[in-house]
Amino acid sequence: MKTKYLIIGNSAAAIGGVQGIREVDKRSKIVLVADEPYSTYSRPLISYWLEGRVDREHMVYRNPDFYRQYGVDTLLGTKVTAIDPTRHIATTDDGKEITYEELLIATGSHPFVPPIEGKDQAKNAFTFTTFDDAQGVKKALTPDAKVVIMGGGLIGLKAAEALIDHVKSLTIVDLADRVMPSVLDSEVAQVMQQHLEDLGMVLKLKTSIKRVGNMSVTLSDGAKLPYDILIFAVGTRPNQALAEAAGIDCERGILTNESQLTSAADVYAAGDCTQSHDISADVDRNIAILPNAFMQGETAGINMAGGQAVFDKAFPVNSMGIKDFYLLTAGSTEGQPQIVNTPDGIRKFYIADDELKGYMILGECQRAGIYTDLIRQKTKLSTVDWNSLAEAPKLMAFDVSVRKADLAQAH
Amino acid sequence: MKRVYVNEEWCLGCHLCEFNCGFANSGETSMIKAYHREQRPLSRIRVEDGDDIHFAVNCRHCKEPLCVKGCITGALSVEDGVIKIDQDQCIGCRTCIAMCPYGCLVLSHNHTMLKCELCLENSCGEPACVTGCPNRAIVYEERG
Repeated sequence: MKTKYLIIGNSAAAIGGVQGIREVDKRSKIVLVADEPYSTYSRPLISYWLEGRVDREHMVYRNPDFYRQYGVDTLLGTKVTAIDPTRHIATTDDGKEITYEELLIATGSHPFVPPIEGKDQAKNAFTFTTFDDAQGVKKALTPDAKVVIMGGGLIGLKAAEALIDHVKSLTIVDLADRVMPSVLDSEVAQVMQQHLEDLGMVLKLKTSIKRVGNMSVTLSDGAKLPYDILIFAVGTRPNQALAEAAGIDCERGILTNESQLTSAADVYAAGDCTQSHDISADVDRNIAILPNAFMQGETAGINMAGGQAVFDKAFPVNSMGIKDFYLLTAGSTEGQPQIVNTPDGIRKFYIADDELKGYMILGECQRAGIYTDLIRQKTKLSTVDWNSLAEAPKLMAFDVSVRKADLAQAH
Repeated sequence: MKRVYVNEEWCLGCHLCEFNCGFANSGETSMIKAYHREQRPLSRIRVEDGDDIHFAVNCRHCKEPLCVKGCITGALSVEDGVIKIDQDQCIGCRTCIAMCPYGCLVLSHNHTMLKCELCLENSCGEPACVTGCPNRAIVYEERG
């Protein structure tokens, strides 16, 4: 098989790739290969589906007609087993060879499960990143179920939200001293923890699972906890094995430049499988969030089709609701913290070098994107009325020339 | 394409645009009925008030819309330059709130997101905020 464009993957970065290509090249052939058999769906919606808030039909990330509209030939349920960047060939698990001119690797990430004694023999043990995972949990679900979730990060907490009203008990075990350690500091995590406990969740922090036995886990403090459903939600790792085997440079993710081009000619990478440069902390890291994935994919697609685009504004942005209690975070925890207490929560900013580096907002969060943009643009806070902004996000706090550019010009 | 632009020097801060927006999107035949509902209609345009200056802010319909790119469900999309939201697909996750640089998303009564669709989806046909503005502080026109 021959194609101009080959995309491996079928989630946000891959779809961004398709849309990016079609912004420039309306005609040439696109082949999309993915190991999951499903039309593209929103991975974050698996917890909503499990909770019963979203049906299968509304889990789609693009409507099923998307591939026809965008002229994409799909090979779903097919795994790419090797790529040869020199010969421009990808090999699939059914022995097909696909010759491409431009390749996008958008393989995503996989759940990391620590090497715990007995985990491979464990019954009713799941990870929680795919629709199949969510279906597995649903099958094991009964009103009497005792649930143990290893990992109090975004994935673990969304699984917990989905299950808490449908099970007998739910315990979250995390080695860190707080929930969501990658995006929350201790103080804000404390507020979230109170909310989780009010919902009936049991938190066991600074604790790990030492052993998985017959429908029970043994914790690091020696306690033995029976379970009916065990979910491993410790974190994810980039799917970079294909790229590595092909000799493409990888660290904590596939390395790319700002055009999303890898170290191999005509091979691009985007999304959770890549390493990004986080502008809010000035460090290289894997940022596994959907908006970045889409934007990197779109950037790659435009460049693959001969257009010009760069993505040089990567930083974490997360929005998470747990039973109508909302948390928005962005950026890093570089610099000095500043706290604003609000009627229903807390707002915390991190400031360094006269720039906003990050924020955490628990509770009311309307217009918070104005804060996000300060991080994105590295706006000097001395050029805005920061005291007024910290009180509430508003464009009034910007210089009139900025407002005119925002509101009186096309962009 | 035509968009809504703001002339802040002309804005009186009367907030009429907010009422007209809420009414236009309420589906009611009179403003009185619309605002007599238990849940008052919500405006997709917001007036910011300062000491001497006022101005209205609504969706800029950006050419590079970060809300659309960041939307985790595909509820937000671009159609002929207009950024639209599919209420059936929106789950109210608020990622778009975190993405929009201008703060133009509005939380609805049922926790999904609302945004300006230039009154193309309701019976007005052109932005009710502009039509009702007494001082041409917001206009609907082509600019660069």
